[in-house]
Amino acid sequence: MGIIKAEDLSYNYIKLGEDEKTEEVSEAVRNVSIDIHAGEFVAILGHNGSGKSTLAKHMNALLLPTEGTIWIDGRDSRDEDALLAIRQTAGMVFQNPDNQIVAGVVEEDVGFGPENMGVPTEEIWERVDRSLEAVGMTAYRKSSPNRLSGGQKQRVAIAGVMAMEPKCIVLDEPTAMLDPGGRREVIRTVRELNRKKGITVILITHYMEEVIHADRIYVMDEGQVAMEGTPEEIFTQVERLKELRLDVPQVTELAYGLRKRGVPLSPCILDEEQLVKEILEVRAGNVHNA
Amino acid sequence: MSITLDHVEYKYSEGTPMETEALHDVSLEIRDGEFIGLIGHTGSGKSTLIQHLNGLMRATGGDILYNGESIYREGYSMKELRSHVGLVFQYPEYQLFESDVLSDVCFGPKNQGLSEEQAKARAIEALRLVGMGEEYDKRSPFDLSGGQKRRAAIAGVLAMKPEVLILDEPTAGLDPKGRDEILGQIARLHREQGLTVILVSHSMEDVAVYVDRLLVMDHGRLRFDGAPREVFSHYRELEEIGLAAPRVTYIAHALKEAGFPVRTDVITVAEAEEAILCTLNGTNEREKATP
Repeated sequence: MGIIKAEDLSYNYIKLGEDEKTEEVSEAVRNVSIDIHAGEFVAILGHNGSGKSTLAKHMNALLLPTEGTIWIDGRDSRDEDALLAIRQTAGMVFQNPDNQIVAGVVEEDVGFGPENMGVPTEEIWERVDRSLEAVGMTAYRKSSPNRLSGGQKQRVAIAGVMAMEPKCIVLDEPTAMLDPGGRREVIRTVRELNRKKGITVILITHYMEEVIHADRIYVMDEGQVAMEGTPEEIFTQVERLKELRLDVPQVTELAYGLRKRGVPLSPCILDEEQLVKEILEVRAGNVHNA
Repeated sequence: MSITLDHVEYKYSEGTPMETEALHDVSLEIRDGEFIGLIGHTGSGKSTLIQHLNGLMRATGGDILYNGESIYREGYSMKELRSHVGLVFQYPEYQLFESDVLSDVCFGPKNQGLSEEQAKARAIEALRLVGMGEEYDKRSPFDLSGGQKRRAAIAGVLAMKPEVLILDEPTAGLDPKGRDEILGQIARLHREQGLTVILVSHSMEDVAVYVDRLLVMDHGRLRFDGAPREVFSHYRELEEIGLAAPRVTYIAHALKEAGFPVRTDVITVAEAEEAILCTLNGTNEREKATP
């Protein structure tokens, strides 16, 4: 069993009508079965309202399934006694950095989680050191979070989660409010945590460029998993993605356009270097054949 | 319509130890019918700048002229200025509050002193302009999708019939299709209604496609002011200030460096496609022409 495994998971939001009696049920997640392995980098894509965030909130028991089951590191999220262990296993980072920072000094903010867990003081500081180091924010440990840029604030939020020593981090559109520099910082940090520390990463985003290095992608639509595969497998299906209100990275779109106009390129190019290499080969071929 | 900023400065907490300069010596002119992109890293002064344009913030130095008249002149009607310069904040859907979409959009024009009837007519017009049909009028704004909520919020500002529409990151958090829909609507308003638009964005790819002129803020200063193609040619400097050029610009540069002779001033996917094809076909023809 993977570190996060869901079986036939459904979640219904129930809305009361104006008379406060009639109930309206909306199915945000329907029969989702997923299996994410320890150490994987998994991306979840999907249009607004496709159910990605609702699914993500099940991964650390912020929401409990209406039907079906989700296990986090083998623990059923409905098991109340396992709640703390689940929250420590899977940490969450949200879209708005300003909503996630609680303390007036960076190092205290990062220490907030372990302190709440009852970790001894000395160890809290060790964890704070390690976490700030891991996200490259050690130089700012004494700073006030409100003086930081958006990307730096998100890195502090990630450090705060890291200080709880989770096995898995779930990031729900962590870059939606950031400038290009901030987006680069956050994605680089997350990839490093995955590669160097073996942390399982689940990244939800609307930026297609950010998921080209993922091991696997799930695409959600109407609360269900509509597509699943490697970035190559997913981004080959340009038309299908557009139907699902999504997109492909600019590199892929350019390669796709060139291919449609007769340039013999591989069916799915995600990487800039690969595109450059193939275009050079085509040109060399042209010269040769002429 | 024109807005002129003449050496505008803004300092937070002026005269205290916490004094911070948020705008430094900004001078520029916004002309009628322009479609302007405003980019800059977080904290570069973009939001401060746009809040000066409709008088929400008051410059601590310099002057701002609307149609040649100083908005800081005694007796100048800020209320009137705000009805000419409409500002759509970030995440405007959080500001929806009425029980149905139509009433929500009526709020602005009613505040301007229009009658119930006139306000309603304005609201209907504005909703149709953002592509929301009659079927949405009576729906609760809270039942709409993310992109629809945002369009309703934009209609709320359009209903006040501004001459200038300023949008602070109108596509943040929207899926790619929602993003294209909103930007497409804004571009249409600019084209068909002659609206002057200022678009604050973190997406270099988006501004490259839509705007005619790009303003770049950095630490409270106006670093660049020019056509997107010209501004993006400074991509190294843009990176130093937390920005970038569109991805395709980098691809063109990488190709050129690898010895593939291609235009490097491409900023959209369509342009890059043409440029690359042009080089590839050029190779063919040249080779064929050689005996």
